[in-house]
Amino acid sequence: MYKAYETSFRNQSLGLVDKFWGISFSYVFLIMLLAAIGVTMLYSAANGSWEPWALRQLIRFALGFAIMIVLAFFDVRIFLRYAYWFYFGVLALLILVEIGGHVGMGAQRWINLGFMKLQPSELMKIALVLALAKYFNSTGLQSIESIKGIIFPAMLVMVPVTLVMIQPDLGTALMLLFSAAAMFFVVGIQIWKFGVLALGAIISMPVAWHFLHDYQKNRVLTFLDPERDPLGAGYHIIQSKIALGSGGVFGKGFLNGTQSHLNFLPEKHTDFIFTMLSEEFGMIGAVAVILINFLIIAYSFIFALRSTSYFGKLVAVGLTTNYFLYVMINIAMVLGLLPVVGIPLPLISYGGTVLLSVMTGFGIILAVNINRNIIIGKD
Amino acid sequence: MNRDNDKGKVLIYRSMILGVAELLLLLLLIFRLYYLQVYQADKYATLADENRISTRLLVPPRGIIYDRHQNMIAGNQQNFQVMMVAEQTTDVDETLEALKKIMPLDEAEEKRVRKDLKRNRSFVPVKIKDNLSWEETTKILLNAPDLPGVFIDEGLSRFYPYKEMFAHVVGYVAAVSEKDVKDDPLLEVPGFKIGKSGIERLFDKELRGKAGNLKLEVNAIGRVMKEIERVDGIAGDKIELSLDLRLQQKAYELLGNESGAVVMMNVNTGEVLVFASAPAFDPNIFATGLSTEQWNELNNNMKKPLLNKAVSGLYSPGSTFKMVVGLAALESGMVGKQTRSFCAGKMNLGNHTFHCWKDAGHGYLDMVQALQHSCDIFFYETAQKIGINKIAEMAKRFGLGQKTNVGIENEKRGLIPDTEWKKQRFGEPWQQGESIISGIGQGYILTTPIQLATMVSRIANGGYAVSPTFKKFSPKSDVIEAKSMGISPLNMEVVKQGMFEVMNAPGGTALRSGFNFNGQKMAGKTGTTQVRRISMKERMSGVLGQEELEWKLRNHALFVGYAPYDNPKYGIAVLVEHGGSGSGVAAPIGSKMLLEALKLDATDKPVD
Repeated sequence: MYKAYETSFRNQSLGLVDKFWGISFSYVFLIMLLAAIGVTMLYSAANGSWEPWALRQLIRFALGFAIMIVLAFFDVRIFLRYAYWFYFGVLALLILVEIGGHVGMGAQRWINLGFMKLQPSELMKIALVLALAKYFNSTGLQSIESIKGIIFPAMLVMVPVTLVMIQPDLGTALMLLFSAAAMFFVVGIQIWKFGVLALGAIISMPVAWHFLHDYQKNRVLTFLDPERDPLGAGYHIIQSKIALGSGGVFGKGFLNGTQSHLNFLPEKHTDFIFTMLSEEFGMIGAVAVILINFLIIAYSFIFALRSTSYFGKLVAVGLTTNYFLYVMINIAMVLGLLPVVGIPLPLISYGGTVLLSVMTGFGIILAVNINRNIIIGKD
Repeated sequence: MNRDNDKGKVLIYRSMILGVAELLLLLLLIFRLYYLQVYQADKYATLADENRISTRLLVPPRGIIYDRHQNMIAGNQQNFQVMMVAEQTTDVDETLEALKKIMPLDEAEEKRVRKDLKRNRSFVPVKIKDNLSWEETTKILLNAPDLPGVFIDEGLSRFYPYKEMFAHVVGYVAAVSEKDVKDDPLLEVPGFKIGKSGIERLFDKELRGKAGNLKLEVNAIGRVMKEIERVDGIAGDKIELSLDLRLQQKAYELLGNESGAVVMMNVNTGEVLVFASAPAFDPNIFATGLSTEQWNELNNNMKKPLLNKAVSGLYSPGSTFKMVVGLAALESGMVGKQTRSFCAGKMNLGNHTFHCWKDAGHGYLDMVQALQHSCDIFFYETAQKIGINKIAEMAKRFGLGQKTNVGIENEKRGLIPDTEWKKQRFGEPWQQGESIISGIGQGYILTTPIQLATMVSRIANGGYAVSPTFKKFSPKSDVIEAKSMGISPLNMEVVKQGMFEVMNAPGGTALRSGFNFNGQKMAGKTGTTQVRRISMKERMSGVLGQEELEWKLRNHALFVGYAPYDNPKYGIAVLVEHGGSGSGVAAPIGSKMLLEALKLDATDKPVD
């Protein structure tokens, strides 16, 4: 039995050429299209200049693209084998950040590697998905549905979430929590357990409120009523809505966004880049970006469902949901539907770590798709 | 194995639910986009423009003020100011030091400049000094290479070419103060000046003009990116006054260093030709801002240059009031043209003695003679006979004791007493002695020079209630609105003849000042009013000559008159504070003014 398994394992390895033709070119094209839109917007954000953002972003995308392609050629079983190693490695880095990380933006988030600033919380988004997928792959449905069976995965989630929370980086912590919740949902944990959890969250809200930093409280209050402080905390969201609304259906034209170019719109090259895009290209441009993301996510789910392995499916769903959360939270935030939590729009916003993190995710998703017919065991 | 199968099915089933949910949520964002970018697009487009467009008002040039012959008496002058933009210089301190070498700055000014530079964003031009001399301006321009960020800005400032001469009538402009009604957005423009006094205040709205608009695109911190639109304003209206520059000049020349007022009017139209109050001040210093020393000097001057004596100075009319008393008596029918009185130099009422100015007395005289000699006893008796109320009623018909509303601020009403007034004011009945001294324009009676000019004009025109005005009369479009005061022309003639004799008959109090210019003669009446009581002891030992007295104690000199006698055109009132005597000081000024007016009349080209 063991022998047979070993044999099939070897036989099922694919050649490089097979793998290359296994790549979904339309999927890759959509990613490139979005990145091109991003570079274009960064060019506009700098008032029609490649400096300081557009060119650098292009180089980073090239790097990310390379990582994606390399990962696409990996055997999915390697991800399974090293999932825990990766997870605990990243966890160690998170603790390191807690101890002596670089202090930036009022929160300890980076490890300075000299050539780049490493944000371990970003890596954790991938590590957590892999670790949870490995765990659920190894257990049975009975264990998943039992209370005892979810203690370990819950620990896998809560330890990094807590660490990120005390950095403090509420946005990333919530993203980790939500993508983990999505995975808990798809593996079959009973709905009533989510109900109990939600109830518990609501009850503990006043306590949690107490532990929030002042600026975080401000953000929530400002979200609930932006006019509360129109020149202070509410300024961002008010200006974002003005920029969006004044763009209208057709927009003000490339490089002609007044809110963006006259600096009324803050953070136009990072968190609020979607606003700038909507101002210059109007609702047509904004809907186009949403639809491209729609296709990327739809493709990803199709890849997940097409995969014959439990691990592959789960990894793809987890990573896709992670990407979905970025897009959804960022756009909802700039549209004034969610508090300003500091989540960038991946592939479009300026910023290296997020770009590399989502490209890594896409690489793994591509690999899942390429290896969709490979049968994977429980460890 | 079966359970494992279930595990896989659950994963597929739930993944599909999750996937559909995520995709639907994503599509939901499109509704929000529709709401913001289509449904509320107009609202946000307006808000974006409000963010981006900064509208500035363009100050229009203030209207020019002319005299009746198109001479500019208030205009606008180019004003150079030196400005600095902090971000255009590498070192603010160094540049300021370099500038100070060329153009000295006092400590307070430098402190203000540094404060302004610190307070404003670095691209905002800060004014270092304005009203630069031409020399300073050229020096700065020549040294421009050493003064990065420093530039010269031109503006317009109000300019009064005749300085003091029109200060009390044209007034001046000054910075808007908190008390001013902000009825025009222009008033909010920094450095904007409005009319604060005189004609500048009276016609401020007309002179101000309409603001223009400059629309600029600004960024979030207020830096100007580009000009979007410029709509020039409309300059203020030009205003032609009734004043005559040449006569006004003459009046100041004649007043010299005296403290007093001259008001000349056209007796038929009410146009004010001369409106002088001396000494005056230079209104230009109000427009540019005056120093504390300048202010103290003006404020502490004994001759009160800031006081507009023509409308705000209150004086007993003295003997110039006698025409009013005479007319009141004639109109009452209690005194006729021929009614005579005997002047023995004094008269008694109870144990009080009233003196005539002439101790020896005038003997018998009728009203014409009484006016000619300015006999006090005649008017004491007349006043006693008719009572104060008839006098007061006549005085009011001639415009005394009430504002002329000519439009100059702080105009005083003066005072014409009657029995009712006394009762209300003091709760006491009117005394006969008070009627007697009212007969010679003393006692409670107080008038302003412009009221006296109005009075004499109404006498000269034969009893028409003209009112003084600064608007130039245009024969084409304007109609004389003055109504007849209903005084008998015969009685009017008596008084006018008396005034004629004053100037032209032997024994007239101002005979020396009379003239005959191509057959045109003048009429007038002098007045001398005491500002101190003459004690019995002093009267016994001989009254001191006016020259021996301290200036403050000398009599006020007054004169009212008109010319030509046959066809009256010009009426004048002259007041010289502490001038000594009406005939000696005021009458010559009045006479020379009237003569000048007649001479100019003769040389004047007919006005189309």
